[in-house]
Amino acid sequence: MGVSRRDFLKISGSTLLLGPLAAPAKADAQTPESKTKGATETRTICPYCSVGCGIIVHTKDGKVVNTEGDPEHPINEGTLCPKGASIMQLVQNDTRVLKPMYRAPGADSFKEVEWEWALDKIAKNVKESRDKSFKLTSKSKVKEKQPDGTDKEVEKEFTVNRTDAIAHVGSAALDNEECYLLQKMLRSWGLVYIEHQARI
Amino acid sequence: MTNHWIDFKNADVILVMGANPASNHPISMKWVMRAKEKGAKLIVVDPRFTQTASKADLYAPMRSGTDIAFLGGMVKYITDNNLYFKDYVVNYTNAAFLVNPDFKGPGDLNGLFSGYDEKTRKYDKKTWGYQMGEDGIPKKDPSLKSPNCVFQLLKKHYARYTLDKVSSITGTPKDKLEAVYKLYGSTGRPNKAGTELYAMGWTQHTVGTQNIRTMAIIQLLLGNIGIAGGGINALRGESNVQGSTDHGILFHLLPGYNATPSAALADLNAYIEKFTPKTKDPRSVNWWSNRNKYITSYLKAIYGKAATKENDFGYAWLPKLDEGQNASWLMLFDKMSKGQFDGFFAWGQNPACSGANANKVRKAMSKLKWMVNVNLFDNETASFWKGPGMNPKEIQTEVFMLPCVSSIEKEGSITNSGRLAQWRYKAIEPLGQSKPDAEIMNELFLRVREIYRKEGGKFPAPILNTTWNYGKKINIHDVAKEINGYYLEDVYDKKANPPKLLGKKGELCASFVHLQADGTTSSGNWLFSQSYTQKEGKVINMMARRGKDDPTGLGLYSGWAWAWPVNRRIIYNRASVDLKGNPWDPKRAVVKWDPVKEDPATKKPGVWVGDVPDGPAPPMGDAGKYPFIMKNDGVASIYGPGLNDGPFPEHYEALECPLEENILSKQRINPTIKMFNDKDDAFFSCDTRYPFVATTYRVTEHWQTGVMTRHTPWLLEMQPQQFVEMSRELAAEKSIRSGDRVKIRSGRGEISAVAVVTSRFKPFKIGGQTVHQVGMPWCFGWQYPGDAKSGDSANLLTPTIGDANTMIPESKAFMVNVEKA
Repeated sequence: MGVSRRDFLKISGSTLLLGPLAAPAKADAQTPESKTKGATETRTICPYCSVGCGIIVHTKDGKVVNTEGDPEHPINEGTLCPKGASIMQLVQNDTRVLKPMYRAPGADSFKEVEWEWALDKIAKNVKESRDKSFKLTSKSKVKEKQPDGTDKEVEKEFTVNRTDAIAHVGSAALDNEECYLLQKMLRSWGLVYIEHQARI
Repeated sequence: MTNHWIDFKNADVILVMGANPASNHPISMKWVMRAKEKGAKLIVVDPRFTQTASKADLYAPMRSGTDIAFLGGMVKYITDNNLYFKDYVVNYTNAAFLVNPDFKGPGDLNGLFSGYDEKTRKYDKKTWGYQMGEDGIPKKDPSLKSPNCVFQLLKKHYARYTLDKVSSITGTPKDKLEAVYKLYGSTGRPNKAGTELYAMGWTQHTVGTQNIRTMAIIQLLLGNIGIAGGGINALRGESNVQGSTDHGILFHLLPGYNATPSAALADLNAYIEKFTPKTKDPRSVNWWSNRNKYITSYLKAIYGKAATKENDFGYAWLPKLDEGQNASWLMLFDKMSKGQFDGFFAWGQNPACSGANANKVRKAMSKLKWMVNVNLFDNETASFWKGPGMNPKEIQTEVFMLPCVSSIEKEGSITNSGRLAQWRYKAIEPLGQSKPDAEIMNELFLRVREIYRKEGGKFPAPILNTTWNYGKKINIHDVAKEINGYYLEDVYDKKANPPKLLGKKGELCASFVHLQADGTTSSGNWLFSQSYTQKEGKVINMMARRGKDDPTGLGLYSGWAWAWPVNRRIIYNRASVDLKGNPWDPKRAVVKWDPVKEDPATKKPGVWVGDVPDGPAPPMGDAGKYPFIMKNDGVASIYGPGLNDGPFPEHYEALECPLEENILSKQRINPTIKMFNDKDDAFFSCDTRYPFVATTYRVTEHWQTGVMTRHTPWLLEMQPQQFVEMSRELAAEKSIRSGDRVKIRSGRGEISAVAVVTSRFKPFKIGGQTVHQVGMPWCFGWQYPGDAKSGDSANLLTPTIGDANTMIPESKAFMVNVEKA
């Protein structure tokens, strides 16, 4: 990344100025080589709205060099909106977080940490919060049939096997397989406060 | 969606209400315009003249929060003028059902239905039931004349929604109302198709579910459900919000729309008994009678060999809610604000900006001991402790910011709004130390399990018994296969004589039709069974298919990727044909019964051709199966007694509204919404401090809270800062000019924005007085780009209140003031 549209215009503007001075001898030499020549094509689906447009990602040497709408895709037929058309800038982006970060209680900044350390600490936190709060049973009000045939509300103790001390939100941005894994993991821990974008 | 994106091209009339596809789903407009090129008419109803409205044949303005009044008037117009599709209504809906004569509606009870309890704010639905025959089946009057039949009750209910009343509530001029009603009502003929496109403009209201219900009633009256160019189509906002819902990342759902269990359902039998709908009508397929197979196969998928018949397939290991407990979004943050949670995961989501009443959400986070934020970028949630008004020293929350990868650095499937699951491939390796989300889950799960293995702990059984053998580096195909499901034994169709082999032990299930309730099959999500399957021994990832055949010309593209359920592209498609199985409209035949052609499964003559039909049963005829197989009575519900706030949609004002009284009844707001009463939840109606109606929306260049798009230079340059749109009339009143910096205040917060003075908003005439409305995007946040000008989330203004059925917050209608800064 690193070239914003504004920068790009500046660059191309100055190129235009220089252009006539450095005019090459042959016209065909002016045609730049296609940036997708020799690139690997990979098919993907846009990560933004749910129309599900097809995108082709062109890569060279492990880097994205171009993205464009997939002309064979029956929904978008090669077209993309401004968001879908700019995913190259989203992916190769200087402001992405590329190392785990940690903010200690009361601290005024994040610091970079190692994955191993962060994951170990989160796992420990999960266990501590879960064990401390885990409810094998809980009281609920239920209606019970009385001998005279009427319903009466009574409070009873039931098995619930859950923790009320950990909550989770997200995410509609995950792949299906990840969504499935996520709910499997959270429910194995006993969470019931599980929500995401679909609710809001 | 009942239908799919390409199907818009098949419509004669397209109603866009509660959505703005030209801005928010731009490529979908291709298919709206394709329909228009063929002569279709586009209607847009919206408080603002949107980009979609600029392409409309007919635009009608409407005050935010009055959709039911607008559409209720349409129901009246359709029934008064006999525009409904009688054969469809009588045979395929519950219009003929007879309702308990004790049932009373808002016309009788001043805004309430019978059975309301003021103390609990709930209805006792005793009087809402049907009159049952001796055979245990609801009594019917196919002439639709009985005063107790659904159709007559519907007419009576909406008789109050006259043009005068509706116009006075909505602010829509009467001639515009009539023009919309007439044009949309023209699709009630068998050879006409009308479709409706909605999004959060309908869901984010205290009457959100009923907004959609009102349209469902209209579509059923006009025979527009199940047909090509018809349906009710939710334009979902996120690339995989359909899939994430399907897979149960919600407090009330397990994967495949199986309810989460609650405390009193002590064993699997009690669970199955409660969630299996019953019918005594042999003509109803009642598909949910298969619930036992789906829940058992889910338990076998998540607990594997540890799930046995003897231990109830591990049902006890699933966490249970208390009876009646609601653990949805607003409740979650309410509990967080009261200090209930130690820990919190915000995984691929930015609640500090997306949560209604965001100040409450941000403050609530400071009560946490620890938070894990998984995202591509730092954001307002991860950095909440240094946000506006926060003192980091006082905030004791430890925060982990874990970097995940973008969608092209990993492999997997996502499901679009048309239920189409499409496979994505990995284009590059993860950048830096970022990891695919599945890797992060894998590492976390294995670590937690390891601690419980070594140290023990509270109730370790679910952690130790959950199947999780994906290796150190996860192979996502293994997960996709687990979701599809396996035959765990040789599985036979025992009804056949001799029993027929359905699948061999260890093979991938062919489809959910083969799933069993005895533990001999597994499926992580029955709805996705067939998505990654096996045919004649060959494993096929159906979601990766790229077939382009379109034999019907309707754009079904049945060979492209894979749609749930069982690759059906238009659901409820058995309602697109008459009783003999002939399409209502032969030019747009979704399915058709061919009585001569041999059915390859049964080797007998008679088979459906076209889309995958809603079940293989022959056409309904005089004694066959009803078309709406997911409904226990087999027909679609014009009358919906299952909802919390009434079997017919009724107009109530938003929690915050500009009116002292509801023009239609004495009941101003939805009587069944859950009220939040803390200081932070304050709300104000008819208060001179907050005189203007407000709504929120998105812009093409930004997505949701803007985390991904604000970080994309091209997009940020196009839309750099928060703005507020207002009418020329309001701007003149407040001496505001376009470009002025203004403050927008609600009872909960304040934001700064640039004024955009525009004729896209016009003042409304409501109940004889002038009411102004303003609107603003909600895609900005303080954290990035981090200059004061770009602004903060519009959700700092929205109230803590939810829909009576779903608890989706009411972000689309609330009250504010606007002042020059």
